[in-house]
Amino acid sequence: MRIHVNGKVLDVAAATLAALLRELDYQDGAIATALNQNFVRKTDRGKTPLKEGDAVEILVPRQGG
Amino acid sequence: MGVADMGADGLKLYGVEFSSRLLAGTAQFPSPAILSRVIAAAKVEVVTVSLRRESGGSRAGERFWALIRELGVRVLPNTAGCRSVKEAVTTAEMAREVFDTPWIKLEVIGEDDSLQPDVFGLVAAAATLTREGFQVFPYTTEDLVAAEKLLGAGCEVLMPWGSPIGSGRGLNNPYALKSLRAHFPNVPLIVDAGIGAPSHAAAAMEMGFDAVLSNTAIARAADPARMARAFALAVEGGRLGYRAGLMHERDMAAPSTPVIGRAFSDLARA
Repeated sequence: MRIHVNGKVLDVAAATLAALLRELDYQDGAIATALNQNFVRKTDRGKTPLKEGDAVEILVPRQGG
Repeated sequence: MGVADMGADGLKLYGVEFSSRLLAGTAQFPSPAILSRVIAAAKVEVVTVSLRRESGGSRAGERFWALIRELGVRVLPNTAGCRSVKEAVTTAEMAREVFDTPWIKLEVIGEDDSLQPDVFGLVAAAATLTREGFQVFPYTTEDLVAAEKLLGAGCEVLMPWGSPIGSGRGLNNPYALKSLRAHFPNVPLIVDAGIGAPSHAAAAMEMGFDAVLSNTAIARAADPARMARAFALAVEGGRLGYRAGLMHERDMAAPSTPVIGRAFSDLARA
């Protein structure tokens, strides 16, 4: 299945957002997720299915002004 | 008696009290160690942070967040770079979960060259976020009507720009900033963006602004920790000057030494 992750097109096997994070080697710590511009809570990732063409954002803490 | 002893003068933001009136950004520092020294040197209690993309397997975000937590400061996450209400609201929701705070420095950018806030989008996003329980710090212009609408949307603090982000131009529109201060005497107002020198920070504080947020001017200084200390002193000095009551400007000179009793005053001038 081809989806967009942080702006890049990836071919992934994961069926849910939680599985995607494991597949891409994200640790379960300080990350936040959005699917198609909608925030997905940490507790909802396991029950959030992915489909072809979805756009996922995975963000982490960063320096800011 | 040190200046710090001259009467309690804490800064209160959404019910939380701080003794420092200098807020700092955390971006562009040469290293995490230098950022740590800056926070200590200026006794900064609130820092801004952001969320950005990171590849799986990289742990840079986690390391940065661990550093900030070690510093024991309060974080003010931003929505930097967001160009729509939707982007800003979603980014704020993501930030609240990661940073575990209802505080959000709300940015909705409307124009690329100046990074000027889109005040229409800002008001809409602020209203949505306030309804969701956020405590919003909107990065806005000095526009009085926009300020009024942001307060109406539930904001209890405003962050007007001094000048465009990263420009170092200081206070571009002192008249409008003074008007803003005068119109909202009881609203915490933090001058954010464009502050390039300690004197700019002092000028904002002398106008009666409640605090200043600085990032680039400190981070890009040859000696960031020294510059941070300079900013802290300037903010404190400006605040004390404001509280002491500044004299009014005059167009003409007024002798400070008594005129009466001056020698030779009875001689006619040539």
